[in-house]
Amino acid sequence: MEWIQQLVNGISLGSIYALIALGYTMVYGIIKLINFAHGDVFMIGSFIGFYAIAKWELGFFPALLLAMTVCAIFGVLIERIAYKRLRNATRIAALITAIGVSLLIEYTTIFFRGAQPAAYPEVIKSKSFDVFGVQISSTSILILSVAIVLMILLQFIVHKTKIGKAMRAVSHDADAARLMGINVDNTISATFAIGSALAGAAGVIFGVYYTKIDPLMGVIPGVKAFIAAVLGGIGIIPGAVVGGMLLGVVESLVSALGFSLWRDAAAFVILILILIFRPSGIFGKNAREKV
Amino acid sequence: MKKSKVFWGYAVLALVIYAVVQVLISTNILDIYYQNMLITICINIMLAVSLHIVIGITGQFSIGHAGFLAVGAYISAIITTKLMLPFPLAIFLGALAAAVAGLIVGIPTLRLKGDYLAIATLGFAEIIRIIFLNTDYVGGAAGMQVEYLSNWTYAFIGVVLTILVISNFTNSRHGRACISIREDEIAADAMGINTTYYKVVAFAIGSFFAGLAGAIFAHNFYIIQPTTFGFLKSFDILIYVVLGGLGSLSGSVIAAIFLTVISAYLANFPETRMIIYSLVLIVVMLYRPTGLMGTKEVTDLFKFGRKGGTK
Repeated sequence: MEWIQQLVNGISLGSIYALIALGYTMVYGIIKLINFAHGDVFMIGSFIGFYAIAKWELGFFPALLLAMTVCAIFGVLIERIAYKRLRNATRIAALITAIGVSLLIEYTTIFFRGAQPAAYPEVIKSKSFDVFGVQISSTSILILSVAIVLMILLQFIVHKTKIGKAMRAVSHDADAARLMGINVDNTISATFAIGSALAGAAGVIFGVYYTKIDPLMGVIPGVKAFIAAVLGGIGIIPGAVVGGMLLGVVESLVSALGFSLWRDAAAFVILILILIFRPSGIFGKNAREKV
Repeated sequence: MKKSKVFWGYAVLALVIYAVVQVLISTNILDIYYQNMLITICINIMLAVSLHIVIGITGQFSIGHAGFLAVGAYISAIITTKLMLPFPLAIFLGALAAAVAGLIVGIPTLRLKGDYLAIATLGFAEIIRIIFLNTDYVGGAAGMQVEYLSNWTYAFIGVVLTILVISNFTNSRHGRACISIREDEIAADAMGINTTYYKVVAFAIGSFFAGLAGAIFAHNFYIIQPTTFGFLKSFDILIYVVLGGLGSLSGSVIAAIFLTVISAYLANFPETRMIIYSLVLIVVMLYRPTGLMGTKEVTDLFKFGRKGGTK
């Protein structure tokens, strides 16, 4: 039973990673940029949710929607101001800019509100359900259902709508898509908006689950979500979900075995192993490099 | 003939700088605050130059340099405080341990390219940090007490040695092979250059000197803690190299000196410092992606009159 309990915890944690990883994977799939600032969009989402619930006394769902909207706008702004000029720049320049944007968001937040953590208010009555001896808390159920609904919504947007079709086209071949009359700039902005909205939602449910947030909280989950995206095969949407869940479960198991301090190291070891042995990820196909 | 003259010119310059500062220190014109700042500048120059050989010369984007700094710092601290061996030996062994760590990290990861290499080196640096964090022998999260043994002489010799070795390497046949990898890896491979070998060599040399800097860094404070060697330290070093110019040794040196002095004055406002740093990174990348100096060296700026045909 202990193991199933850890599995449940791992899936709750994994769904948060999966939501952030979706944004990474979508952005990487479309402009081949590791958006380091994505973890900080997650942090901003968490703080918007915090202020909405604790200060403006909104309910959980209005707060979630508000955080998602603000993060979507924020993501588009980052893309328009910092990344748009870099479309044709070298990969190193793009990556360094992303690191710069990430540091800028973190330290501007610290500048305005200080580095001290904030305690998240309780949004739903914490109740535990006993399912065959496994304790499942109401917050885990809330997290999981929010995550699943958002993922289904994303799947719908990507596969059934016009903008989703444009996104798939641009990620396949941006130049050909442009020739076909697709507005590539708007499509990239839409990708950033959707990815950032998901990160914002992940931020709010992270706050609800862990009850403690601070301006540097985005760094580690951000990197881990990137690991999840690589694990599933970067650029592949179901891959990000599976990678996130897998990473969450592995981390819970490592903690359960009594190595909780080594949890972060486990994630990096997984990253390095997957990069060395199967760089295209679990769902990826091996593509030969063009010379 | 000409070359050796240039060499002696630099040797005299280095000796003059050393002697002037040494006199200023012994006559107490430079008090302990400025001495400390000088040693910090030296450490940062070593770090910038050692990362320059990996990113600027070989074109391998590594953002885990703080990991090798940590290896040098911890190994040298163990040697002086636990084994009671002399400090110069500790510096050498710390640097050697970092080079070995560089080999261990480099051989598997250097098959990766670009973004993936960056994130893998970041991961390795974190793993190194977490290992030190969980080893009780070196104090775990609380940190390790270290004796204060660094001084201006050690730091200056370290800088001279780093610059000497790395500039000589760059100008050698091996260095040109590394530069060709930076310019176009596939073409370099096709020309018969063993790209993996040169990438690993550059990585190991870079880690060696990062370890050297780490040994002096550890003995410049009374305590070392795993938190010092996180992402932010790696990014700090990266900023020196990027701002100075990807591929310019003198550029990284100048940027290291400049930014160390600025951050010393902003020490009371750490948030402002990081905001300025990040804005500098973004603006430089957007408007001058090769960094301030590009691949030029300072000496190139004084060669207007004799373009071409210098023998």
